[in-house]
Amino acid sequence: MITRRTLIASSLAAVGTAVLPRISFAKGGSDERRFIFIIQRGAADGLYSVAPVGDPGLRAARVSLVDGMGEGVKLDSLFALHPALKHTAGFYRGGEALFVHAVASANRDRSHFDAQNILETGGLRAYAEQYGWMNRLVGILPGADPRAMALAQTLPAALRGPNSVSSYAPSRLPDALQDLMSRVTDLYAHDLQLRGLWQSAMDTRALAGNLGEGEGRSGAATGALAAKLMLPANGARLLMIETGGWDTHSAQKGRLNAGLNGLDQMIGAIKAGLGAAWANTMILVATEFGRTVAVNGTGGTDHGTASATMLIGGAVKGGRVIADWPGLRSSDQFEGRDLKPTIALEAVIAGAIAGHFALDPVQVAKTLYPSLPPVKRIEGLIHT
Amino acid sequence: MPEREIALNRFGLGARGDEVGIDDPRGWLKMQLRGFEVRPQALRALPIRSEIAAQLADNVEAVRALVGKKAASAQVDSAADPKKAMRKEARQDARGQHIAQVGARMRMAVVSETPFIERLVHFWANHFAVSADKLVTVGFAGMLEFEAIRSHVLGRFGDMLLAVEQHPAMLLYLDQAQSIGPDSPLGSRITARGIRKLGLNENLAREILELHTLGVRTGYGQNDVTEFARAMTGWTVAGIGRGPAARALTANAEPGAFLFVPQIHEPGDRTVLTRRYPDGGEAQARAVLADLAIHPATAEHIVTKLAQHFVADDPPPALVARLKAVFLKTGGDLPSVYAALIDAPEAWVPTQSKFKTPWEWSVSTFRALGVKETPDQAVVAMLAELGQPVWRPGSPAGYDDVAVHWAGPDALMKRVEVAQRLASRVSVDARALGLKLFGGALSADTQAAIARAGDGAEAVALLLVSPEFMRR
Repeated sequence: MITRRTLIASSLAAVGTAVLPRISFAKGGSDERRFIFIIQRGAADGLYSVAPVGDPGLRAARVSLVDGMGEGVKLDSLFALHPALKHTAGFYRGGEALFVHAVASANRDRSHFDAQNILETGGLRAYAEQYGWMNRLVGILPGADPRAMALAQTLPAALRGPNSVSSYAPSRLPDALQDLMSRVTDLYAHDLQLRGLWQSAMDTRALAGNLGEGEGRSGAATGALAAKLMLPANGARLLMIETGGWDTHSAQKGRLNAGLNGLDQMIGAIKAGLGAAWANTMILVATEFGRTVAVNGTGGTDHGTASATMLIGGAVKGGRVIADWPGLRSSDQFEGRDLKPTIALEAVIAGAIAGHFALDPVQVAKTLYPSLPPVKRIEGLIHT
Repeated sequence: MPEREIALNRFGLGARGDEVGIDDPRGWLKMQLRGFEVRPQALRALPIRSEIAAQLADNVEAVRALVGKKAASAQVDSAADPKKAMRKEARQDARGQHIAQVGARMRMAVVSETPFIERLVHFWANHFAVSADKLVTVGFAGMLEFEAIRSHVLGRFGDMLLAVEQHPAMLLYLDQAQSIGPDSPLGSRITARGIRKLGLNENLAREILELHTLGVRTGYGQNDVTEFARAMTGWTVAGIGRGPAARALTANAEPGAFLFVPQIHEPGDRTVLTRRYPDGGEAQARAVLADLAIHPATAEHIVTKLAQHFVADDPPPALVARLKAVFLKTGGDLPSVYAALIDAPEAWVPTQSKFKTPWEWSVSTFRALGVKETPDQAVVAMLAELGQPVWRPGSPAGYDDVAVHWAGPDALMKRVEVAQRLASRVSVDARALGLKLFGGALSADTQAAIARAGDGAEAVALLLVSPEFMRR
């Protein structure tokens, strides 16, 4: 099997051209668009990050969580942003951050593993779709060789599938000898699975260059690394970053303060690292489901349903919160315990992706969510 | 792969360079079902549970004593904050225990003469995963495997289940130790005083149903989760649980011991999966567990995972059905299920369909190279680099057991780097070792790569990352 990358490279070499034509080919229009999906694994509490402080039900249900949280940034008459989200607040003021609240995917059963699978594969039920929606997106992106990558040691479900993708995680190991690596290429010559993976690993290594020790240790370093992988003309156009620690059954205040701070630093570093390319960038922050409206017995919250999702970046028509607010009285809650979903997460994602890459919205929805009934897309999320 | 190699690599932990021949692969595996050392030397050298618990209890108490005391106004930098310093010390103590436990696990795996049973121990510890992320679980995560799993790996599933759910590691990890029945004597007193809301935590109950027994989407609902959580209130750990109940009510028991505290148990009958369980204190949740342990959905869930581990990522339905029948007929007698697996022709197909996890690859590498010195800290660091830190899957679901999770480009690169590092430290003839490990089954590509290698170390590295060695 010859991968598409090597095929292009070798045919160019054969006619004696440098790689320049490929770079110029990559320029123009939606080819310059960059997309980052930051997944919050563990069910992040949207009622905490984008808090509906104008709803009296919030304080009634979780006074111990609300007290002492500190002054957030007022977003509108209903919502305030958690004080740890400092960069994000700046993006909101600058019209580059958009929040959608009371959103949920097709999942309703509060299992992390099922719900993450649905969030990543875009299926109607867990494990109904074999491959991830980001992998399917690769297949319909305009332009040659749209590189997709995960900042992870192994591929997350959202990126798995027939289209070629790769993963990268910073290593503290000394470099293996160049000679050994070329011998490994020979060693895997007749092994279908390992040959493809190894080729992808070699490609990514060449792209990442000399990434020294210390990268990826914190949110800011991960963000800087993400920007480095996306900035070159032949860099990743789609990137997925995994974050964890959102499953706050206990001691939520301190844990989410740290988690949100890390997330905020990461996004701040992405903008700093991308420079002018930030104008063509959209970051999606989403989680598998939300958490209970009420605080539990251990200073935390349990598995819930709807949560908040974020769209951030220079391409985003931000500075607003989109919500069809269901209210927080117990009679308003989903099954008497959770924030009721009023917007489908799939509609947000399909709408944002279509807008961002200037693709036909119907085709995007059918590609990303083939088994879902046609979703009501939300349009006008992105500058086109 | 010939059957000898299948027994050694797929069922066992990888052939050792110094191994004697195995004439009867199935007999060799079945013999292991009769004799397994629950507490080998490597474990006897470790601190015991009550010592770990007592140290943790002392540290938690020391931190607590400092909480509320205002730091002197002059102390601006955190280094001078005694509370932070104490927390750091507590984390370091627990981390030290964790590292020693990881080291012991690797030593046992490398020298084991019953590698099939050791592999099963690792399988079950991952099934009942406790992630060493919180301070209270770091020092205990390994103890769950050493105590609850090793003692019951050749017993009944129900006995292992009970031992796991009553182990401090699990009770602390999934917040059961802090769960209080709202209408229990203590719960109602706290509510009446209105200090703060203390109450039910359904985390462990949910994960028992979803991950440990029935499996997800098998018909239970939110109500079953809540009812089971109510039944389990009172199950806690002596001496180290957080919250007033744990402190006041468990003072007389040995730290780290399982304890039933009636004062926080939710009174009343409970209904789980349509069956009614009369209030009976500790026995109430025990009765629920006993029924879950032999439920058909549990049997299906467990044997599917076993078949997936030993046969294929997508195990043959006929095999699953046969194993399930054995599980149900014997009331969850694990050696009977293992024996059925050994007898299954599906487990002996020559194609290597399982991609080794980083743990499996590391253990088989050490066994192949005959490495006996595996420094604890180095093992911890190596598994973290390879993407599978021991007892730290980050979620109660444990690590995935399918190739798509482990066979990633970056994961492959890491193995090549580690193989190069390890190979440079041994003096081994890769051609002879390859023959010993795989007999005549080594592919032409691998033989050629080894033969053409630039030096002896490079040849060994190539053997360790060869397709034959990456899979089992």
